[in-house]
Amino acid sequence: MEKDTPQKQSFTMNFGPQHPAAHGVLRLILEMDGEVVERADPHIGLLHRGTEKLIEYKTYLQAIPYFDRLDYVSPMAQEHVFALAVEKLLGLEIPVRAKYIRVLFCEITRILNHLLNITTMAIDVGAMTPLLWGFEEREILMGFYERVSGARLHANYFRPGGVHKDLPPGLAEDIMAFVNRFPKVIDDLEGLLTENRIFKQRTVNIGAVTAEQALDWGFTGPMLRASNVAWDLRRNQPYEVYDQLEFFVPVGQNGDCYDRYLVRMEEMRQSVRIIKQCLEKMPEGPVKVDDYKVVPPPRVKMKTSMEALIHHFKLYTEGYHVPKGETYTIVEAPKGEFGVYLVSDGSNRPYRCKIRPPSFAFMQAFDFMTKGHMLADVPSIIGSLDIVFGEIDR
Amino acid sequence: MVIPRTLKDLGRLIEEEIETDLVSWSVEKGELSLIVERPAITRVLTYLRDSETFQFSQLMDVCGVDYLGREPRFEVVYHLLSLVRNWRLRIKVQVEDGMPVPSVTSVYNCANWWEREVFDLYGIPFEDHPDLRRILTDYGFEGHPLRKDFPLTGYVEVRYDEEQKRVVYEPVKLPQAFRTFDFESPWEGMETAVKASAVKEGS
Repeated sequence: MEKDTPQKQSFTMNFGPQHPAAHGVLRLILEMDGEVVERADPHIGLLHRGTEKLIEYKTYLQAIPYFDRLDYVSPMAQEHVFALAVEKLLGLEIPVRAKYIRVLFCEITRILNHLLNITTMAIDVGAMTPLLWGFEEREILMGFYERVSGARLHANYFRPGGVHKDLPPGLAEDIMAFVNRFPKVIDDLEGLLTENRIFKQRTVNIGAVTAEQALDWGFTGPMLRASNVAWDLRRNQPYEVYDQLEFFVPVGQNGDCYDRYLVRMEEMRQSVRIIKQCLEKMPEGPVKVDDYKVVPPPRVKMKTSMEALIHHFKLYTEGYHVPKGETYTIVEAPKGEFGVYLVSDGSNRPYRCKIRPPSFAFMQAFDFMTKGHMLADVPSIIGSLDIVFGEIDR
Repeated sequence: MVIPRTLKDLGRLIEEEIETDLVSWSVEKGELSLIVERPAITRVLTYLRDSETFQFSQLMDVCGVDYLGREPRFEVVYHLLSLVRNWRLRIKVQVEDGMPVPSVTSVYNCANWWEREVFDLYGIPFEDHPDLRRILTDYGFEGHPLRKDFPLTGYVEVRYDEEQKRVVYEPVKLPQAFRTFDFESPWEGMETAVKASAVKEGS
């Protein structure tokens, strides 16, 4: 090696695809100048399963489980958007109780997602205890999932026309007991992280995004709100019963990793408020429409009525035909705006089902967010992005 | 300038503003969608973003749709959002197989990956795109999987070969031929029943 001419030497580093701080199968090609990242080229698609293509070959009912498997830490929020899109094309209005159950479980999902994100981000920057505490609560929440749908993760619970089953006896009381206790857990987590010197050193002023940049890069959800843009679809373009519920939309100031953490923390508190209101306001009544062309008839009826039996058989083989049309339906998923562009050609299968995952936009902005930061900041930025590769790669 | 109150008014206003670039517009199911001329897409998006009246500051999504058997075959669909006015807008561009669409990366930075995705899955090239590589499919993948004439099963499958100690690619072998069931059966009343219930529920 020639040593007499000192010259700038940048080198390329491979990060992933299997790396615990990558939150999934992310491969990063990092061009480094010493410890400083000059350019990051994320290689995504390692978890590409062709969800959109598969959905084109399934009936509308069979398509729902694919949505659970997109963002696998917040399954019900995604079923929700597909159910809403199909209902929009069919022109269905679901019963009020079903709306409350949906909102209730969407907010449980939000807590599930934020608990996972905050605690794994903490472990990426060196704090282990939040993960253990947070996952204990996630277990309880997944227990609620199981009691209502039979599955801890891939619930397949929200169906076009309502929800699959009513809440089992005792579940509402248990959820109420949980939300009464849970703010204490948030306090404990905050006690560990919010004023923690190491945590702040690793997150404050790291990966800062201005409001203009956030809009330009298509940010939504907590990522946008941390950059001081008060935009929440639950408030601005309300769906289901969100317009009748009281909650605040927290915003950050600087748009850095620390603010994103704070916004998510506050959102969990607001979710607790929403869950309480849902449980208090939830009326009695049916949980799905009584149109047996779209939802299955009750089991009791199938034993006695030939018509019900035929409906059941046709529904689970042929499915229902959705009138010709197209819609772009959105929900405020825990990560941001989750949209589905559904095109129907009048048959029993979607003609095109484009899924708009929020984290795709975050991952895209990763290059400009890391530019000029140290390699050690990369995990905290990835952690604060709240990405899940199930939905980025689809 | 008067701020339009309804989507119809908004559509009419946009029609006045970008008349020569617009092919048609419609409001369906409470959503406004426009079809614009392919070469004009960059100009239209720049105008809609910068105009004080519209302020469509966010591009939420770009996606392709393959209408096999129709001319032109593909559509590229853009979804815009105006946070200030709380409007959503769908813009479509129709394109034939092999024809390029002007890239809007210069207007919205986030269009970069969305356009790469459309290119990857549908094979629609984008003019002046800074980095038009495949994004979702495997390294060295051939074909464009979301085209309607691409088979669901694909052409190759991968497995780990114990002898060669590496992953090998082989033509796809199906133990049972791929089946699709034709459910366009004459079950009378299906469509009408859905319509009737929709009217009942919607009223």
